[in-house]
Amino acid sequence: MEFFTAIFSITYQFGDAFAFLVISCAGLAVIFGMMGVINLAHGEFIMCGAYVTAATARAGLALPIAILCGALAAAAIGMVLERTVMRHLYHRPMDSIIATWGISLIATQGVLILLGPTMQGVGTPLGSMALGDRSYSLYRLVLFAAAVGLLGGLYLLFYHTRFGVIARATIQRPAMARALGVDTRRVYGLTFGLGAGLAGLAGGLYAPTMTMVPTMGATFIVESFVTVVVGGADIFLGAAPAAAILAIIKASLTAWYGQLFGQIGLLVAVIVVIRIMPGGLSAVVKRWQR
Amino acid sequence: MSRAEALDALAAPARSRARQWLSRLEGPQTMGRGPAFWVAMAAVVLAAAVYPLFSNDYTVGNAAYFLVWTFMAMGLGVVWGYCGALSFGQTAFFGLAGYAYGVITINIGSAYGLTWLALILSVGLGAAFALLIGYFMFYGRIKGVFIGIVTLSVTLVLETFMAQTAGPQWAIGTARLNGFNGMSGMPPLTVPWFGGDVVLYSGTALYYVLLAMVVIVYLGLRMLLNAPFGNVLVAIRENPERTEMLGYDIRLYQMLAFGLGGALAGLSGALYTAWGQYITPSSMGLTSAALPIVWVAVGGRRDITATLLGSVLVIAGFQALTIYGSQYALVVMGALLVFTVMVTPDGVVATLMQRLGRIFGKAGR
Repeated sequence: MEFFTAIFSITYQFGDAFAFLVISCAGLAVIFGMMGVINLAHGEFIMCGAYVTAATARAGLALPIAILCGALAAAAIGMVLERTVMRHLYHRPMDSIIATWGISLIATQGVLILLGPTMQGVGTPLGSMALGDRSYSLYRLVLFAAAVGLLGGLYLLFYHTRFGVIARATIQRPAMARALGVDTRRVYGLTFGLGAGLAGLAGGLYAPTMTMVPTMGATFIVESFVTVVVGGADIFLGAAPAAAILAIIKASLTAWYGQLFGQIGLLVAVIVVIRIMPGGLSAVVKRWQR
Repeated sequence: MSRAEALDALAAPARSRARQWLSRLEGPQTMGRGPAFWVAMAAVVLAAAVYPLFSNDYTVGNAAYFLVWTFMAMGLGVVWGYCGALSFGQTAFFGLAGYAYGVITINIGSAYGLTWLALILSVGLGAAFALLIGYFMFYGRIKGVFIGIVTLSVTLVLETFMAQTAGPQWAIGTARLNGFNGMSGMPPLTVPWFGGDVVLYSGTALYYVLLAMVVIVYLGLRMLLNAPFGNVLVAIRENPERTEMLGYDIRLYQMLAFGLGGALAGLSGALYTAWGQYITPSSMGLTSAALPIVWVAVGGRRDITATLLGSVLVIAGFQALTIYGSQYALVVMGALLVFTVMVTPDGVVATLMQRLGRIFGKAGR
């Protein structure tokens, strides 16, 4: 029994770290993988999702619906920004990244001005369960399931729907896709909206576990950047396995040395990984496949 | 051959080398040449030099504060504008050197001008850390957006690290790191002088020292950028593959440029700590990291003069906004950044300078 609880504790911490990495990086990875743009306003889309979730949940909506509202709000804002700003910058990827940073500054400070330094959040639902002498939050298990479900859903979306085929065609050969009658601008717009929506979903899912402050997005971005860098351009071949590996590193370092060393371990891992495999995991996997 | 002639012959190579370096004050990589440009430049420096006579000590101290940041901006200009590697994390080197200055001066004191030794050591530490990160990045052949992500992650992790050093176990020698509240109480720069040290508190004396340093660094960078080193950096920015085919080890050049950027950011950091006698982890946070990007992007990254002038203007504007409409300052900075990227991608000041150059015919590139 002792042995079983120890195993469960380790698995639980791994699952928690894995879920955090997958959920927080999904939106970033979709936008980066499809468009080559690193969205520095990623944290602010997460913050937006969390705020909308908290607001609608406190207004009386059930939590899952509130989370959906958060994701949709972030997606809508993402599509508006794509139409007004990002669309003009696709031929200059570096500039588009800097533009997203400008948006991020405006969003963080704007929310601080409009809504104040903090907002009332929602409590963590589902309570906890006890095993051995420790108790575990059940909501964290839901988050793990959500992470797995998210990967599965994205896989179905990109490999088994018409949108997925068109989207992948647009990344691989934009000119050819256009020649075949695909409205690539619309695809880019939808993809950016999807990425922003996934960020909003991350915010909604983690809203019950965090304090609502305008800078809350910053807690996600190091982890999500690191996962995307280690993973490379492909979500399924890169980001998902990268999240698993990094989750092991993070969970074990956090368990033994504390939160900070978990983060430092991630940073060291990313620096070592880019030194030995510059294209990230997905480049290595693709080389094997060939 | 007379003795004087022999000495002359010995000195000639040195003199011609000095002349060669001086001739590099003008060149293809920097905007502005000819007497008109240098007269205008001298006028700007002169105006900056007489300005304290018409102002009070507090305002001059504020102006000194603007000058503190320009080194980091010029360093980012070299790394991003000339070498083409967009670093989001110059504040990592800024913060590291700022903390280093605090730790060293608190431990060794400020007698005999030791604060200058601390300044040099801090800058060296910033440069060494930048070279280390640069080694892993450029020898790992990562490029483009990944450089930005790695550097940003480095500075954010450093911030997290410094923010948790609150306990008494986090001390280096007698210097407590103090976690989120940051360090304070380190001595400002002091110049040993006959009849007592001159302490450079924020004010007119510090302003003149900083102004001299800005002029020296600016002219030095102009010479370096027009030297073969600068030409190779620009070649790497324009076409890394071709530069490599021509036989240059682009990894080395990129790493050295990144180290130079780190050293300049470190200089800003150490001077910042000396200026205000405090440094906090938030100087390495996300918002702080964004500001140098704003200055350099708005000023114009591909020309060191535009970077310098633009940075001073934007920092002064930001300061004015913080005083009059404190909370809107960052919103304006963000909007300015988006505006610059969309409307004048080469930078507002650089575009204006090019227009002026076209009107006056000579000053342009």
